[in-house]
Amino acid sequence: MTSGVNGVALGVFIFFFVAVTVLGFLAARWRRADNALHLDEWGLGGRSFGNWITWFLLGGDLYTAYTFIAVPALIYGAGAAGFYAVPYTIICYPLVFLFLPRLWSVSHRHGYVTPADFVRGRYGSKALSLAVALTGILATMPYIALQLVGIQAVLDTLGIGGSSGWSKDLPLLIAFAVLAAYTYSSGLRAPAIIAFVKDTLIYIVIIVAAIYIPIRLGGYGHIFHSAADSLAKTNPVTGKPKGSVIPAPKAQWSYATLALGSAMALFMYPHSVTGVLSAKSRATVRRNTAVLPAYSLMLGFLALLGFMAVAAGVGKGVTGFNAQLAVPQLFDKMFPSWFAGVAFAAIGIGALVPAAIMSIAAANLFTRNVFREFIKPDATPELETKVSKLVSLVVKVGALVFVLGMDKSFAINLQLLGGIWILQTFPSLVAGLFTRWFHRWALLAGWAAGMAYGTWGTYGVAAVGKPHSHFGGSSINIPGIGQTGYVGLTAFVLNAVVSVVLTLVFRAFKAPAGTDETSPADYTAEAGEPGVVEEKPLAAPVA
Amino acid sequence: MTESPPSAVGGAPAAGSGPSEPVVTPTRVVVGILLLAPFVALLWVSSYAKSGPELGGWPFFYWYQMLWVLISAAFTGVAYVLVQREEAQRKARRAAAGAGAGAASQAIPAQAAAPDETAATAQPAGDEGQDEDEEADK
Repeated sequence: MTSGVNGVALGVFIFFFVAVTVLGFLAARWRRADNALHLDEWGLGGRSFGNWITWFLLGGDLYTAYTFIAVPALIYGAGAAGFYAVPYTIICYPLVFLFLPRLWSVSHRHGYVTPADFVRGRYGSKALSLAVALTGILATMPYIALQLVGIQAVLDTLGIGGSSGWSKDLPLLIAFAVLAAYTYSSGLRAPAIIAFVKDTLIYIVIIVAAIYIPIRLGGYGHIFHSAADSLAKTNPVTGKPKGSVIPAPKAQWSYATLALGSAMALFMYPHSVTGVLSAKSRATVRRNTAVLPAYSLMLGFLALLGFMAVAAGVGKGVTGFNAQLAVPQLFDKMFPSWFAGVAFAAIGIGALVPAAIMSIAAANLFTRNVFREFIKPDATPELETKVSKLVSLVVKVGALVFVLGMDKSFAINLQLLGGIWILQTFPSLVAGLFTRWFHRWALLAGWAAGMAYGTWGTYGVAAVGKPHSHFGGSSINIPGIGQTGYVGLTAFVLNAVVSVVLTLVFRAFKAPAGTDETSPADYTAEAGEPGVVEEKPLAAPVA
Repeated sequence: MTESPPSAVGGAPAAGSGPSEPVVTPTRVVVGILLLAPFVALLWVSSYAKSGPELGGWPFFYWYQMLWVLISAAFTGVAYVLVQREEAQRKARRAAAGAGAGAASQAIPAQAAAPDETAATAQPAGDEGQDEDEEADK
């Protein structure tokens, strides 16, 4: 924590924050449709977003402030292992190219707002739909909380979050109250508009950082060399090197399984689905899978900021230095004050966009798949919207309590678990988009097995240097292979095996399969007429 | 995605009336390869976990993966163009056949795979949900 407040940087930060707040409230009037009381309007922006908006919205949604803090922090602390974020966000897009268009089409046809809506319609199973919905809410809550951690890291570096007493939380409370207010009034339109500002700022900051900081530090070669030297030093706690710049053979299974498992999990998150369903056409969704990697390129450069922080000596000699402050402090150290302010604003606003979308997505899940399903089946669209808006507030307050009232590591542990949990909805959701072969009860049993194994496996991992702690990481031994790998993926394989075996059993006993309200044609439906307009390919900005 | 049951691929002629469309087409094979390539390249970590040759001070491990961001985006872009083109062609063919044979042929979904979900990739593909029939409801 730096001493004192950096006036210029703080001024720039506040300027952008106020500008974004105004935009957030104005967004309610942007592209407004007649049926403003329908959940499609508040919760999906009227399902009307074209190529550009979808690109910014999804980019702003998937590449969160926590990513900007945590990925370089991981590189800073452990080296190459943290770079898995790059292959993860590469292979994610060819994967979703295959199934997101189908999800969009069937949701468009049947008015599905959440992934659990689809599961309900496809399998006719309340229980399976509830499992998917609760997993989504559970995985999203800590993720929202971590966006706050991202803002906190910036506020700390700005010098206004570090003092003691409850007043230290005041800036965070204000930021969150504002966020809650405009999400309530504008719905998904607010983050869609703010994402423009956020991503523009982020791209500028990363491009400048990737050019300017290496010049000041003596070039990329020097950065990698000094990082390698620093990581090769022995960690006094474990007696082993802290990490390496190139992954050792032993670490490669973890690297690959973490990349694959995370890629499969990313579009299972409800907030990703919300972003996808707000697109106006099937072609928009598919086209975006080809242009979203521009963000992955940016993420790669951003990850390397972790090495730059090492080379610049950030946190050197500070015992117990919080690696999450590595990037904010690097900016503080390297950039002139005004540009550090821009960079902090980019991260701060970067937290608001996903936090808004996540709270909307979690609220939609609750409203559609818990409230309407189990409490008030005859809820009108107006009532649904009203409930969703209120729940979005509750969700955000919950996240705030999380961050302020509990140990930060608790939120981080839960987010780690959230990724493992959400991956367990993959068979129900993705297999369901292609086939009704799986039996709903088998999928439910598979989900339960995956959840249990993933949680149990993670529980047994002790944090580095704390022998009897739990949830210290997500890599454990893969049974039968003898390598260390991502527990989420192992749990997924177990989940899939259980689903297949039990499906065969249930089919043999002719257990009731449930009604499927979808028809094969639903999965390829496109908006409007054939011969859709707008075939212009979208060029990605140079990153 | 090893859980998928044996998928019904293999270019079997479509059942029912209406124009028959093969499940595996040259376009789909190409699309499948384009989409599969990044998985093979990036999950095979030992093929690129080394420091040399360096590029502008970057160890191979880093610039190689960054290069794959661009390659993968280009591949997905090409896959998009190919899939959209084939979808449009199928639509046109079906519209023409529908006009010739009468509306009845459109009421029965053709037993062909959806144009976008390539059988060549290892997605779960089962006994249903594979039909393409974009405008059958119109």
